[in-house]
Amino acid sequence: MPEQPVNVILAVDCGSTTTKAILIEREADGEYRLQVRGEAPTTVEKPFEDVTMGVRNAVKEVEELSGRTLLDGQGIITPARDRRGTDLFLATSSAGGGLQMMVAGVVKTMTAESAQRAALGAGAIVMDTIAVDDGRLAYQKIERIRQLRPDMVLVAGGVDGGTVSHVVEIAEILSASDPRPRLGSGYNLPVIYCGNVDAQPQVAKLLQDKTDLRFLPNIRPVLEREELGQAREAIHNLFMEHVMAQAPGYRTLLEWTHAPIMPTPAAVGKIIQTVARENAVNIIGVDIGGATTDVFSMFNGVFNRTVSANLGMSYSVCNVLVETGTDNILRWLPFSIDPAELKNRIRNKMIRPTTIPHTLEDLLIEQAIVREALSLAFAHHKTLAVGLRGIQRQRTIGEAFQQTSGADTIIDMLELDMLVGSGGTLSHAPRRVQSAMMLMDAFQPEGVTRLAVDSIFMMPQLGVLADIHPRAATQVFEKDCLIHLGTVVAPRGRGRSGEKAITGRVRWAGGSADVAVPWGEIRLIPGQGPFQVELHPHQGADIGAGRGRTLHRELPGGVCGLFLDCRGRPLFLAEDDKTRVRQLLKWYEQVGMYPMLVGGRL
Amino acid sequence: MSDAYLPGLTVSEATIIRKVRRLPLKGDVLVERGMRVEPETVVARTFIPGRPHLVPVANLLNIEPAEVEEVMLKAVGDPVEEGEVIARYSAFFGLFRGQCQSPAAGTIEHISPVTGQVTIREPAVPVAVKAYISGVVTEILPREGVVVETPAALAQGIFGIGGEGCGRLRMAVKQPDEVLTARHIRDDDRGRILVGGALVTAEALRRAEEAGVTGLVCGGILDKDLHEYLGYEIGVAITGHEDIPLSLVVTEGFGKLPMAAKTFALFQKLEGQTASINGTTQIRAGVLRPEVVVSRPGIAAAETETVATGLEIGTRVRVIRTPWFGRLGVVSALPVQLQKIESEARVRVLEVTLDTGQRVTVPRANVEILAE
Repeated sequence: MPEQPVNVILAVDCGSTTTKAILIEREADGEYRLQVRGEAPTTVEKPFEDVTMGVRNAVKEVEELSGRTLLDGQGIITPARDRRGTDLFLATSSAGGGLQMMVAGVVKTMTAESAQRAALGAGAIVMDTIAVDDGRLAYQKIERIRQLRPDMVLVAGGVDGGTVSHVVEIAEILSASDPRPRLGSGYNLPVIYCGNVDAQPQVAKLLQDKTDLRFLPNIRPVLEREELGQAREAIHNLFMEHVMAQAPGYRTLLEWTHAPIMPTPAAVGKIIQTVARENAVNIIGVDIGGATTDVFSMFNGVFNRTVSANLGMSYSVCNVLVETGTDNILRWLPFSIDPAELKNRIRNKMIRPTTIPHTLEDLLIEQAIVREALSLAFAHHKTLAVGLRGIQRQRTIGEAFQQTSGADTIIDMLELDMLVGSGGTLSHAPRRVQSAMMLMDAFQPEGVTRLAVDSIFMMPQLGVLADIHPRAATQVFEKDCLIHLGTVVAPRGRGRSGEKAITGRVRWAGGSADVAVPWGEIRLIPGQGPFQVELHPHQGADIGAGRGRTLHRELPGGVCGLFLDCRGRPLFLAEDDKTRVRQLLKWYEQVGMYPMLVGGRL
Repeated sequence: MSDAYLPGLTVSEATIIRKVRRLPLKGDVLVERGMRVEPETVVARTFIPGRPHLVPVANLLNIEPAEVEEVMLKAVGDPVEEGEVIARYSAFFGLFRGQCQSPAAGTIEHISPVTGQVTIREPAVPVAVKAYISGVVTEILPREGVVVETPAALAQGIFGIGGEGCGRLRMAVKQPDEVLTARHIRDDDRGRILVGGALVTAEALRRAEEAGVTGLVCGGILDKDLHEYLGYEIGVAITGHEDIPLSLVVTEGFGKLPMAAKTFALFQKLEGQTASINGTTQIRAGVLRPEVVVSRPGIAAAETETVATGLEIGTRVRVIRTPWFGRLGVVSALPVQLQKIESEARVRVLEVTLDTGQRVTVPRANVEILAE
């Protein structure tokens, strides 16, 4: 970290497909603002096999656009002098497959789940979760561990002072399977043990000689408490020491940066948490990349992150197809296409991942896949964003009748204040209203929710900057990063198509309108707002003020405006093709999503 | 993006091929520097620890884990046979008794007084790494493997399945746009690598398997044929470990796509020679493309400079996305300004004069440079 005042900051994110660089400068009024950005394909692929080439190319574009010289033969020029160099150079990375981990715990829904949360929060892809009660026989677990070649393993299990035998059993399985690291055969696999402290001597006996074993305090010292901070920090350090050091070109990149390279998802998580905390809101963030889709949430102060390792828009696009099925993709299209042709197109996208949709038809297909990838990833997120299980709690009569376990997802869409989308397909959609609709269709927010996208895909860089220079990160985030799309008001539930769903009045500076939106339809009132709304839900629906209660609020708009989404929750698409196409075309027309799509014709 | 295009795949008559042949674990290198090796030559060997078996002795004998050591008939390091009694328990003058047998032949590796489990490890499994290509050993990686080098012809594909193999090349079709069907595959094609044209059908793949063909190379494949042949759909673009007896290299992509003329001509020239084929593809995390390599010792070859220098007027390209997917042409203009395309996105474009004479505007990201 340089000691002189920071006036110029250069930050790069090496994604699995694209390397993005941003240049931030302190302006005359003392405020930090984004100046330009550049991007270039990531160069982990042969013949380059050197991540710094992609970084140089992206920075070169920044140089061209800003007129500032940043590169010389050695690398990045520091510090900044006049129009040369930068004071701070930071990097995040998810290239080379990111950080791939295996986690283990004793009880699948308790310590193993805590271990999973620790790894995911640190930005890892969890390849598998091994638990004593995961339903597999010992030899099956061993076979699985032998097949996987993770970058590191995290072992949790038991509470301090509790029984040691179960967690030792996990260590025995691990020891028997003799796991190997993914990259290189010249070093031992890093294993972090953060389970019952009393089992440490036995675990050491089993794993010390075979692995690079590290001990940390228990992440579940007692059942009622989960302490993930130290484990996450240890994972970051090991990521730097082992994974990054093995990846092509990273040693050089490490020499250039002023702070450790952070895994991209960990950086995005940091900025999401900062925003939720500072604005006291419940927030969901999603980053849909080429290989993976990450979902972050902060609900009532509890942070969760999940990564759907094989849901993405380029390398993993065929997996979206396999998981959701062709029919689910086709249902978003207001035209017919031969499913075999659709699959060939999607496969060609997989093998040539950097191509972009040229035709409108291709754009609609791509945006259909995005919706499916997002909703699969969100469904996955909800299964892990749950309260601590295994603790005693009093159940209400209602819960007892509903047969809930008391550890259901903490994600309540009615409580969600803000939904932020990131990733090429959301940030670079030709029309912002397309991004808004993709988010609404996949996440189906209820009540009142603000929608935003990461304008140019810079949450990772701002996340790593938040650690080093929080003021600069916050200023750029507020002024340059987010594009507010608008606010959506959506009733929970569903009514009969055509019947009244919301009626009322919306006022804004210089205008007002009476609104009456029936079930099965959506309206967009364009404008930045703020909008003074007085909206009455019908048929006992809840739009954020309680069942059947009128919503009186001031709501911000955005580049799109105020959406009144009465299409129903869960969103329903007709099975009959003709009706479905009519339904889609009506919605697309009601919000101006694809104006070039005239009467359903391309 | 300033350079928003993919580098084309290498198709070269003479290049230097260098293959690192590495063991999964440290072991013994069996060849020396300077030695000539053939594709089937074993260059390094090691032993992978055998499969472990966990026997819950305490549970089976209904005793405390701490008592397991007392009832064991074998100690750590002792060899055991399958079915051999490894622990025996007797109490109250034989009133309560029981015994545990080994589920496999191996060695006692661990006896746990905490969980009461005994680990038995099967004998180590030998693993050999072959040279894969004909060439000369130019480097020894101590205890890990070797580097084999040779001047060779190389054709990289875009997608493949199946692992490594070698065999003689035979042109199964006459034209690059011909479809490779089952009738093109002969009974005497066992051990060969067959070159097809625009497409290979599922039926042809099955026939090739039946005839004992080592590998197939063709321009394209339909998703439904691949699905039908494998019996499942490939989700993530990581291949090479399919349980199939042959390798397939697709040079152009999914669909009926004639093999590029240059690639087809190269195979015609090399017909009858021994080639190495590898269908392994990984389009994520350290990209691997499938390939066909034909060693050509004695031929003058230089390292192929595959780092594309950039798009220029006159550069030969292939369009890699609809609406002109698979069409070939020449770059005829490179406008600097961003342009709005049909999808309404504003992107960098180029103008291509297709081989048909039609001039079209295409996003730069949607073409690839053809190695000429």
